[in-house]
Amino acid sequence: MTILGKLFRTTAFKLSLAYLVVFAVGASLVLGGVAWSVNSLLNAQIGQTVDAEITGLAEQYESGGIRHLVDIIERRTRQPGSSLYLVTNFAGQSLAGNVATLPSGVIDHPGLVETPYQRQNDASPNHLALARIFLLPGGFRLLVGRDLEERENLRSVMIHALFTSLIWLVLIGLLGGLFFALRVLRRVDAMNATAKTIMAGDLSGRLPMAGTGDELDRLAQNLNAMLERIGELMAGLREVSDNIAHDLRTPLTRLRNEAEHALRSAETADGYRDALHKIIEEADGLIDVFNALLMIARAEAGTDPEGMVECDAAMAMRDVAELYEPVAEEARVALHISGESGLTVQASRELLCQALANLLDNALKHGAGGPLLHAGQATAEHGVVSMAVKRVGDSVELTVADHGPGVPPEDRSRVQERFVRLEDARSRPGSGLGLSLAAAIARLHGGRIRLEDNEPGLRVTLVLPAARPPVKMPERSTLSSVGSPALLEHGRPQ
Amino acid sequence: MRILVIEDDAEAANYLAKAFGEAGHAVDVASDGLQGYAMAQEGAYQVLIVDRMLPKLDGLSLIGGLRQQKVGTPVLILSALGQVDDRVKGLRAGGDDYLAKPYAFSELLARVEILARRKSLDSGEATVYRVGPLELDRLAHKLTRSGRDIVLQPREFRLLEYLMKNAGQVVTRTMLLEQVWDYHFDPQTNVIDVHISRLRSKIDKGSDAPLLHTIRGSGYMIRDNPR
Repeated sequence: MTILGKLFRTTAFKLSLAYLVVFAVGASLVLGGVAWSVNSLLNAQIGQTVDAEITGLAEQYESGGIRHLVDIIERRTRQPGSSLYLVTNFAGQSLAGNVATLPSGVIDHPGLVETPYQRQNDASPNHLALARIFLLPGGFRLLVGRDLEERENLRSVMIHALFTSLIWLVLIGLLGGLFFALRVLRRVDAMNATAKTIMAGDLSGRLPMAGTGDELDRLAQNLNAMLERIGELMAGLREVSDNIAHDLRTPLTRLRNEAEHALRSAETADGYRDALHKIIEEADGLIDVFNALLMIARAEAGTDPEGMVECDAAMAMRDVAELYEPVAEEARVALHISGESGLTVQASRELLCQALANLLDNALKHGAGGPLLHAGQATAEHGVVSMAVKRVGDSVELTVADHGPGVPPEDRSRVQERFVRLEDARSRPGSGLGLSLAAAIARLHGGRIRLEDNEPGLRVTLVLPAARPPVKMPERSTLSSVGSPALLEHGRPQ
Repeated sequence: MRILVIEDDAEAANYLAKAFGEAGHAVDVASDGLQGYAMAQEGAYQVLIVDRMLPKLDGLSLIGGLRQQKVGTPVLILSALGQVDDRVKGLRAGGDDYLAKPYAFSELLARVEILARRKSLDSGEATVYRVGPLELDRLAHKLTRSGRDIVLQPREFRLLEYLMKNAGQVVTRTMLLEQVWDYHFDPQTNVIDVHISRLRSKIDKGSDAPLLHTIRGSGYMIRDNPR
């Protein structure tokens, strides 16, 4: 396509053309309307003047007869800028006045008439007059009129003005349209060029911005933000595939080694059976990792899971705590639950509980190692894991806190990533996906996850948007329906 | 038990036929949705195992069609789509149970056997379950063993109730998690095992004839001891 062809096809140019037509029609209408009203105003004024003179002259005729009338008219014609006068007898012969010629027959028809004429002592032709012809008693005819030169001049000035302004309008409109079209075209071409390099695989390119803050700029800004997000996702994807490659390769290698080893060295049926059991275990582990990855991917894609309902946060927390309570007891860890009831979040109960289960699972696995530091606490237990629900502003915060070794501040955002496991946790079972799954679930619900120092230990908080304003509770109620009373002191440890 | 497997992957179908055969069940295989639909309407099967993605007629439409024809045979949906909302869709379409691929055969077997038995139980559920000396009164929320009261926490009661309802059947950990806790995710720790061992310590304590058995590689079963 040629440059000009491209130019003419631009929206800006088409818009300019459309506006041009609209303005041209508008200008013509306005100017035409003005001309028409000026014309009729002038006509009316002339008509009134003429009528007034005729009335006066007719009165003079009635009082003084034809001779008196002729005298008056002759006197008036001598005045500069006078009206047109003509008095004839019944045969149409001129008796007095300053009109030299008239088309024949005009003088015979009384009434208002627009007619060409020639003035006495004036050679220029083509004068036009608005005149009234009046029949006087006795068969005389009286014509009084005004020259229309002024009106005609005005009309030609107006027509001229109309045409020149239209020409200018079209000219400026076309040039302006071309100018803007060119400007827009240049920017869009630049954007297209960038887009092409991006499509060719260079995701680092960004659309140029003129800095004017106009709609093209805003479009470019949003597209750039989109590119940024795509870039992040791509980077995330690359990282995940690297991690998957790494973390699935390890168990896959183990699985393969196990099978090979059995083929090579197992001799009894029991040996094969044991090997197969190990292989199935490895396969199950792989399936778990896979499921967790899928779930994270799904949560991060932001697909709204079906079944988002209003969930009681404390209830979900109590349910999960109840599920893990025997495990905690076996590990000699006390589970403390405290917080406000009646706090609701819009969530999928399943996912919310899964996130909480992951956090609690982590706390029990990694956070309950050391003996209790507080002298006042029951000494039979190895640790305390505290869970709490509270409302902070527009959010509901679900906290799981332990007194284990904790996570150093510099690692806190890293541990939320997939497969990241801190050095001293590598020896313990786990996939490294629990926390990232919890974080993904939080994001899916429009919330986030926060890691803090529990002095000592780790405090993980699931921050979720509250479903509705808090229900006014007269007192802070403490939740406790899990476990034996010996295991569950209410409230936080002192 | 007669089972109809509607599965387009011939290898998977053969594996199921063989495995169920070894467990003592007869299996017919349909390789596409339409054939499966016809066979399910005609044959007297105790359980249908339906893959979700089938040629000619997809699994969910097939189940919907059967339910419209008032065919009430229990259906277990097998699917590669295992997310929460996929499960919800499957059950809403008329499925009775949902198992995501890949699965352990022991899990599938346990679920199929319970589905088949549930049909015959449906007519009026008992209010009192008895297994040997153990007696669980669902209405009074009371448990006795040989007339001696045993106090259980609410969740332990529901756990035992589900086990006793399916007495003599293998119940897997996943099934317990789904039925008793209503969770469909996999807690990474073996929480169910700990709940079971706590329950076992309450009902089998001091008894030389334990009722609650661990079935290796599958799950748990409560059953009266053969004499």
